Amino acid sequence: MQNDKLMIGGHEFDSRFILGSGKYSMDLIESAIRDAGAQIITLAVRRTNTKKEESILDHIPEDITLLPNTSGARNADEAVRIARLARELGCGDFVKIEIMRDSKYLLPDNKETVKATEILANEGFVVMPYMYPDLNDARDMVNAGAATIMPLASPIGSNKGLATKEFIQILINEIDVPIIVDAGIGRPSQACEAMEMGADAIMANTALATAGDLPMMAAAFRQAIEAGRKAYLSGLGRVLQRGAAASDPLTGFLHD
Amino acid sequence: MENNFFVDSGKLSEEALAKKHRLENDPSFRADHMKYMEGMDQIGTEIRDKVMTGMNAYDYDSYTAKDVMRALEHENCTIEDFKALLSPAAEPFLEKMAAKAQAETSKHFGNTVYIFTPLYIANYCENYCVYCGFNCYNDISRMKLTGDQIEKEMRIIAKSGIEEILILTGESKTMSSIEYIGEACRMARKYFRNVGLEIYPVNVNEYRYLHECGADYVTVFQETYDSDKYETLHLMGHKRIWPYRFEAQERAIMGGMRGVGFSALLGLSDFRKDALATALHVYYLQRKYPHAEMSLSCPRLRPIINNDKINPLDVSESKLCQILCAYRIFLPFAQIVVSSRESDTFRNGIAKIAATKVSAGVSTGIGDHESKYTGEETDADEGDEQFEISDGRSFDQMYSDMSGQGLQPVLNDYLYV
Repeated sequence: MQNDKLMIGGHEFDSRFILGSGKYSMDLIESAIRDAGAQIITLAVRRTNTKKEESILDHIPEDITLLPNTSGARNADEAVRIARLARELGCGDFVKIEIMRDSKYLLPDNKETVKATEILANEGFVVMPYMYPDLNDARDMVNAGAATIMPLASPIGSNKGLATKEFIQILINEIDVPIIVDAGIGRPSQACEAMEMGADAIMANTALATAGDLPMMAAAFRQAIEAGRKAYLSGLGRVLQRGAAASDPLTGFLHD
Repeated sequence: MENNFFVDSGKLSEEALAKKHRLENDPSFRADHMKYMEGMDQIGTEIRDKVMTGMNAYDYDSYTAKDVMRALEHENCTIEDFKALLSPAAEPFLEKMAAKAQAETSKHFGNTVYIFTPLYIANYCENYCVYCGFNCYNDISRMKLTGDQIEKEMRIIAKSGIEEILILTGESKTMSSIEYIGEACRMARKYFRNVGLEIYPVNVNEYRYLHECGADYVTVFQETYDSDKYETLHLMGHKRIWPYRFEAQERAIMGGMRGVGFSALLGLSDFRKDALATALHVYYLQRKYPHAEMSLSCPRLRPIINNDKINPLDVSESKLCQILCAYRIFLPFAQIVVSSRESDTFRNGIAKIAATKVSAGVSTGIGDHESKYTGEETDADEGDEQFEISDGRSFDQMYSDMSGQGLQPVLNDYLYV
């Protein structure tokens, strides 16, 4: 486990929990770092565009990697502009691409995301695209230079867990860059399940932000993610789906 | 029970008074409110037809407690569910509706509450809308701020900490031209992060121009979706044209605006039908333009200068609360704004359930921010208010009150791209 690092665009991380943006306060950031062990923290560039919270950047420890996102972008062009602005603001080279053309469910637009990935990867960004779990689109994003793929588990903020489980599994099986499950993870058990499946990391926000005891929930996520990761690395044991297994082997009649 | 809207000013000439009375009493003297005036864009009636069909068919007395309970059980609120939640049958379920609304708000907005302030830059008006303090026959002090005065107002507001501004004018294209408003938007971009407009409805190319000047949100209140009633309240002027007003949000989106706001002015007509139509307007427009951000307001009639009896009639606070909860359950993604027309207790309470945006440091007058914000008399000219506000809290007070009840005030969550 000690050498089990998460590698993103040549950068090494011990933690597999990433704090998402959205609901956002100093308490949440502190707890995510201290109790959930986060080493990467997402910042919505549009949300940091405020005088009152400008100082928030100063409160984040230097060894924490900032992950600015492009929320508010409705197409590739807007996402690219927001990413460049983030770089100018001193947020580093990481960028999470979020492009939404739907104000109701906030579902990502994969096609525009592929375009933005290519432009930003060429400009030297470590590009982490948020996407609807589609294998073809994920391949296009990787070919365009994506450092990770971030499929949604269910609609953002819905706390519905792994609604897209089967499709995330396909990405885990077929895509060679880290798969970070993002959006919809409402409880530690769901984070654990995604990690058991072989996901490389989990991003969450609402589940922590809305918890009764924030530090305790943050710690619970840390443990769940570690447990899921260990289970995956150890090779899951036999899980019986229906009834008992036959004690006589089905192929016992073979005599050669 | 009806409001008595007609007030004659002693300052009107005999001729003006005669015209006013004729407008009030002789429908044939008024322009056809369904006919576009020359130069008004006509963009098609598809959304309007859907909203009106829905509203006209709404028989709220036909809904029962069973319909309401079913609606509260459903994970996705259908149009039928929404109609049940707005009906009288839902009144005994207000607490349950509030709990469901609160859960939806928290899913989509967490515990955030946005704070903004309106800035009226002119109160000249060419319309005769009988309930409005700015109407052209009302004897009030009129004013239009100069560029320097606008900048001074903005500087004072920005200094208070506010980062989102809503620029308003009276409805006079002659006195408050598109270029004048555009200039105000350009200035606002220097002092604020987010600029919205609440002005007279304009054409697509004019919305595009204002967007390029820095505005990204447009609010237009339909006042009432009952076009027959509308005709009896908006007796003269550009605003009288009901369909042109109805299509304003769509034209704003076509002109590149990021978000649009909707509302009926509750108390003018049948509030249940108006609330239904407002929500359907949002619903169908969102389906046609899924990227657009939608927001709802819920103003109730307020007293105005020279007519302090105007009131929201049967729209009590509980009815308003029912409407807002129903809006939230049906349109969980929409921003809900509750203005300073409502009391501080109501606004504190509703911000915990359904509202996501409140105004603070509000003045509906012209050029009076310095005196209002500092509490000191100034020698600056000031123009009269559009209506009386109820919640006069300053920005600082609102910020600390909202934080104090466990909400997280947000001053800006927006980038102009």
